[in-house]
Amino acid sequence: MGSNKLAGRIGFIVAVLVIFVYGIFGIPHGGFKQSLTDRIHLGLDLRGGIHLVLQVHVAEAINTATDRDVQSLNTALATAGATATKLDPLHPEVITVTGVSATQQSGVHDILNGSAYSGYDVSSATGGYTLTMKQAAIRDLESRTLEQSIETIRERVDKLGVSEPVIEQYGLGDNQILVEIPGVSNADRVESIIQSTAKLEIHAVVNSYSDMQSAMTALNGVVPPDQVLMKGSNGAGGADEVYLLKRLAIVEGTDFRDAQPSTDENGRPDITFNLTTEAGDRFYKYTDDNKGSMMAIVLDNQVREAATIQSAIRDQGRITGGFSQDQAQDLSLMLRTGSLPASISYLETRTVGPSLGAESIHQGVVAAIAGMLAVMVFMLIYYRGAGINADIALFLNLVILLGFMGFSSAVLTLPGIAGVILTIGMGVDSNVLIFERIREELHLGKTAAAAIQDGFGHAWITILDTHVTTVVSAGILFIFGTGPVQGFAVTLVFGLLANIFTAVFVSRTIFDYLLSKKARGAALSI
Amino acid sequence: MELFRSANIDWLGKKWIFLGFSLIFSVSGVLSMLFWHHVPLGVDFKGGTQITVHFDTVPNEDHIRASLDKAGVHGATVQQVSGPAGAVADDVIVKLPLSSASDTAHDQGRSEVEQALQAGYHDSGFTVQQVDIVGPTAGRQLTKQAGFAVLYSLIGMLVYLWFRFELIYGVAAVVAVFHDTLITIGFFSLTNQEITLTVIAAILTLVGYSMNDTIVVFDRIRENLALNRREKLSDVVNRSINQTLSRTVIASGLTFLTVLCLYVFGGEVLHGFSFALVVGILIGTYSSIAVAAPMLVAYQDWRTKRGKQASLPAARGRR
Repeated sequence: MGSNKLAGRIGFIVAVLVIFVYGIFGIPHGGFKQSLTDRIHLGLDLRGGIHLVLQVHVAEAINTATDRDVQSLNTALATAGATATKLDPLHPEVITVTGVSATQQSGVHDILNGSAYSGYDVSSATGGYTLTMKQAAIRDLESRTLEQSIETIRERVDKLGVSEPVIEQYGLGDNQILVEIPGVSNADRVESIIQSTAKLEIHAVVNSYSDMQSAMTALNGVVPPDQVLMKGSNGAGGADEVYLLKRLAIVEGTDFRDAQPSTDENGRPDITFNLTTEAGDRFYKYTDDNKGSMMAIVLDNQVREAATIQSAIRDQGRITGGFSQDQAQDLSLMLRTGSLPASISYLETRTVGPSLGAESIHQGVVAAIAGMLAVMVFMLIYYRGAGINADIALFLNLVILLGFMGFSSAVLTLPGIAGVILTIGMGVDSNVLIFERIREELHLGKTAAAAIQDGFGHAWITILDTHVTTVVSAGILFIFGTGPVQGFAVTLVFGLLANIFTAVFVSRTIFDYLLSKKARGAALSI
Repeated sequence: MELFRSANIDWLGKKWIFLGFSLIFSVSGVLSMLFWHHVPLGVDFKGGTQITVHFDTVPNEDHIRASLDKAGVHGATVQQVSGPAGAVADDVIVKLPLSSASDTAHDQGRSEVEQALQAGYHDSGFTVQQVDIVGPTAGRQLTKQAGFAVLYSLIGMLVYLWFRFELIYGVAAVVAVFHDTLITIGFFSLTNQEITLTVIAAILTLVGYSMNDTIVVFDRIRENLALNRREKLSDVVNRSINQTLSRTVIASGLTFLTVLCLYVFGGEVLHGFSFALVVGILIGTYSSIAVAAPMLVAYQDWRTKRGKQASLPAARGRR
């Protein structure tokens, strides 16, 4: 090995060291700890925060869409004497058209094949037609619903003024959303703000009952397909009642333009809302036509208020009903940022207090340092001179691993710290493999240079095999794992990459450097 | 300093002892999983609510139970946990089972527990440190994911070993790793320790680690077979194990040391994780010597008995 080449390798190692130290600290500013925490992103388990997994009920959006189409179909079909209904609650994507007379058949056929219903597959059945929403249209509607939900939640979370929130699609095609808000101490408020889907609607009331059981008895156990039962209270502090509502809302979430917290004539907190111009016109017509009948303000599938229509209302209304000042404030915030297109439910809620996070970091770091020191001391005692190689390799390994974390903005989690500790163990394994092999070669009577050459040559294959298998399993862990498990996989992969470099390349360079300084045939300290 | 400079141990001669040892551990684990503690799944997989409360002074467990009972929170388990390195126990974990099989009842229980403690606990102040609520859907999802992760990583390793060595090597290694996983999970069942997401991460780590150990031995077997094709396979395997024995003991010992540090200093949060690794590294090291390597010999014996060509399809020479 020429000394030029050796100098080149040493230069390369120094360059790598500098690059990854930069990865850890960046341009130094505001002290050691500050630089470190700016670059290395800590997971929620280490800095505290909220981790939520939400399920978006996209089927609701399909239901709403077909409900709307049933209504418009009925208007269009009125002259033909045919009616459109949704019969099977298990298949909300299917609309049935019945009562088509022989003379009207071609007219109905033209309506159904019009561009307004291009999202449906139309098939003729006895005495009518069946419209089934196309798979592509369903998928499109679902993904739009999911995107809109993510958008709405992001807006709400942004309004809270927290830093670095994560709001993204979660799982594969399960219509789930992951929300992570780090460093938040007041978990309750955040949760309740996201938790409230704030789906505000106004529905026509068909009937009301004192409880669910009497409602079911009165309906003979079957809720008509275009109607829905909903619980709610009759005004502020009233007894719980069950309402039978028209399924299709008169006014739905997207129709609201603004909402403000206010107080009623008795000084109780309530919320005033405004409708868009288009919805206002529609609402005016409806209220004008239906004076004396009842309508209900429904918030998150619960009737907040049911009242008789006294006069036509255009674009303003209010929701009263036992809000606290804070509730009214939060709710109007949510209504302003837009309601979610479909309701959501929580699948997973995890909150970690910041103090626990700090304690975990401390313990993890203590464990990592203790483990590393123990290993380093052992290597020095057992391999003497070569132990220094191993210790330098281990130290560099840690620097590169943390540098990787800094560059990639991967998140360091508690299992990630465990991954670091495991990397130390595996790093030392590579060194031991090489050193043991060198010793064997020396026992066979080879010279130091030859022993190093063959020792590395033989151990290299094994190291490659062991590392590739572990990277394979870590990769699979990353793909199929979630949050903390992924964090572990990331550190493990980075650690193993760093390890191949340090255990093989760096350690070899140190040996070669020592050889170049030694007299020919001098013994190796190993 | 040197260990095992020229070890000459007849490992394969002890295969019946090993087999007995493996059987005792795996069978008792399986029996515990079937009839005793079953598989003690944590909230991550089973679903439910887990609340970690930190008290300013060491709390009285019975007092907490009484407060919960009085507030009408039933079915909760209260578990006092130790602080770092077994220090004074001032953290308490309250667990509530799933309140319903549907996700809609998701959030119930947490505020009730907090209110119950607020109302009934005056011995000292407390802070709620961690709340995990996992609904039934998420629990099922996580269980499925963990299962697939283990399965796929085993298949991935099998394929890699098949490519690098021969199919029988891959099979032997996977059987050994499966043996380790079974025994480790059995340990969790026997000691009734909860299996959480991080424990699954640990089990996957141990899969990778045990595989490492096995590959080191296999690699040596392949190398020795290429050098001398006439030697009896059992002799080659014995020699290979002995040649790598120093490395096995040192590397496993040091990894064990780091994991032990984690177990001692890592605190409650990492307890299950480090426990799985402590058990797993011992068992993983053992299995590469006592399970994986003997399987190669057993396979060859079986082929010989059936009159097939006796050579172990080993030294394909992909080096």
